[in-house]
Amino acid sequence: MKSVLGILNMQEKNDLIRDLTAARAVEALPFAGRYRLLDFSLSSMVNSRITSVGVMLPDWSRSVLDHIRSGKDWDLARRRGGLAYLPASIDRSDSRVGDLKDLYFNLDYVEFGDKKYVLLANASFVYNIDFTNVLKFLQDNSGDIAIVYYTAKEDAAGKNVVLETSTNGIVTDIAEASSVKKDTKVAMGAYLMPVPTFAYIVRSTYERGGTDFLVDGIIRHAGEYKIMGYGHDGYVAHVDSTDAYYKANRDMLNPATWEELFMGSRTIYTRVKDEVPVQYKDTASVKNSLVANGCIIRGEVENSVIFRGVTVGKGAKVKDCILMQRADVQDGALLENVICDKNVIITKNKWLKGAKTYPYIVTKNIMI
Amino acid sequence: MKRTECLAMILAGGQGSRLKALTKTVAKPAVPFGGKYRIIDFPLSNCVNSGITTVGVLTQYRPFELHKYLGSGSAWDLDRNGGGVFVLPPYARENEQADWYSGTADAIGQNLNFIDLIDPDYVLILSGDHIYTMDYSWMLESHKMNKADATIGVFEVPWEEAPRFGIMATEKETGRITEFAEKPKEPKSNLASMGIYIFSKPFLKKYLEEDTQNPNSSHDFGKDLIPKMLNDGARLFSYAFDGYWKDVGTIESLWQANMDLLQDTPPFEINGDWKIYSSNPSMPPHYIGADAAVKRSMISEGAKILGEVDHSIIFQDVKIGKGAKVTNSVIFPSTVIEDGAVVDHAIIAQEVVIKAGAHVEGKEEEITVVAENEVVNA
Repeated sequence: MKSVLGILNMQEKNDLIRDLTAARAVEALPFAGRYRLLDFSLSSMVNSRITSVGVMLPDWSRSVLDHIRSGKDWDLARRRGGLAYLPASIDRSDSRVGDLKDLYFNLDYVEFGDKKYVLLANASFVYNIDFTNVLKFLQDNSGDIAIVYYTAKEDAAGKNVVLETSTNGIVTDIAEASSVKKDTKVAMGAYLMPVPTFAYIVRSTYERGGTDFLVDGIIRHAGEYKIMGYGHDGYVAHVDSTDAYYKANRDMLNPATWEELFMGSRTIYTRVKDEVPVQYKDTASVKNSLVANGCIIRGEVENSVIFRGVTVGKGAKVKDCILMQRADVQDGALLENVICDKNVIITKNKWLKGAKTYPYIVTKNIMI
Repeated sequence: MKRTECLAMILAGGQGSRLKALTKTVAKPAVPFGGKYRIIDFPLSNCVNSGITTVGVLTQYRPFELHKYLGSGSAWDLDRNGGGVFVLPPYARENEQADWYSGTADAIGQNLNFIDLIDPDYVLILSGDHIYTMDYSWMLESHKMNKADATIGVFEVPWEEAPRFGIMATEKETGRITEFAEKPKEPKSNLASMGIYIFSKPFLKKYLEEDTQNPNSSHDFGKDLIPKMLNDGARLFSYAFDGYWKDVGTIESLWQANMDLLQDTPPFEINGDWKIYSSNPSMPPHYIGADAAVKRSMISEGAKILGEVDHSIIFQDVKIGKGAKVTNSVIFPSTVIEDGAVVDHAIIAQEVVIKAGAHVEGKEEEITVVAENEVVNA
């Protein structure tokens, strides 16, 4: 994998997840108690021994920059290669949206390096995959492009790219679908191809007015390439809506999923914060929950994901909730089906309740 | 280039033989503490938080795990240009055999070349086996204000315990030390030495050079150098510390210091601005199962708790099975306590397996210890 350049794409649309992404990219959303979404694709690259990664900065880039910084926590602060930030293009004469423009203006980074392949990965997916198998699969089948897909385990709403493959793995059809049926093959936003193929797609598509790498570059020209579909069996979640975010977080409460993603040999890395182990006090009662370091728990917590530095006061009850960093749930407060963004304060004895299918969202830095 | 005003030297070579099974494979400073730390994290973090960023760590006994743990020092923000962490094991000099550090003063004395290389104004000497949070910069200020040759950190101990410590008699107003007695039968004061010293560098160098030449010396700061300095009329001052301070040199004191963290309001702020840094494993938040019961405990990352945990400290990556019961205990990283096992008043070292249904039960006066990699059958 020394020959592969990773590019982290952070252009997920936020229409369906607005409340949580008012001031951050979808890819920078806090996830599973201590991570951010981009940790999964970035760590998978690093664990696949990719040592050069370009990070395409989203419009709201502060939380991404603050999280990744030098890349040291992913072992990407290197003398040679390592991490490179690819800023959004600033060509004022071009008002097109989409990722293609940014890829086009950063093509020199890809072409003038010493890498033979590009792995473009969309950082809004949760997975833990070994990309070395994808490269081998592409080489063994002499394909032009490899697309990594998973097979949907249930029906799901939301725009996704679906594929059909023949028995030998060749992609016979690829299209955008507004929802996904069980057992369909869904692209998980990771594409591997040789540098010249990548550069040709980006250049020729952009110069002909394209905006989206996948739709305009690959789907519209699918017939011109030998595209291979690589099936990934493990856990996959695409976080493109509040619903998907809430569900994926609660998927982590399944010990088998938790173990598959985090406890195997491929570590998911994230920015280290030096928090104290969780302090459970005399009155604490916790069931089926993930609790991150730095928390102090005196109340009841059930079916919830609790991020770093949260406090839950005496007599407070937290059920089916996602509480992001430093939420302060004071004595006697009651929360059910609630997502609290960072630095929220729920004062004494307040009750907040959302629905299972429609969690109530408390936005950043709010006091209730 | 920035000069180092104060160089810290941490004595981390001790075997810690009184910690028995816990120091079979690691030096005492590398023994786990408090759910995610190792003992040496405390002096290292104190240094960084006090603005002291050049630190020598003197290692000797079983050094490799400690060296690996320290790495470049980046976990403590001590990977600095022109400073940071220096690991100092014994080494051979020309015309001389390499020699083990034979006492605290000998350890520093053998590294005089290093101290000259850094060339600080002051040298702060610390132990690698105490749990406390302390701002050394105030102690350094007091050393400067007193125009002292040496300043010794002291804290008040109960009078009946004074005979176990090195005891300082001081002038009330100035804090100037008039007498020092190592483990006195009839103590004249209850101010005990914490084993923390600040010396002005030329003064320290002079005494170390003399001490090296003295065949009758046991090369110990408390036993040999401090009494000699006092005899010579040097300016030795005490610096009183009134926070939490614990020597965790024995199994009982190590267990007790861990339990102290579990009080509703711990005796020292471990969660505050004075961060204790540590080499962090990359692990997910811990998982507490649907039938688990957890209270009065500290639990770290990657742990999976399906049973009952009360009044215990659980390190990263520990697994506690269904129906298992862990009380009044400290469980080191990656240990597995299988379904239905019972652990009480115990310290269980790393990567131990307590088999399903097995019982490991100690008493408050006699904490049971299970050594690294052992398997305890039912």
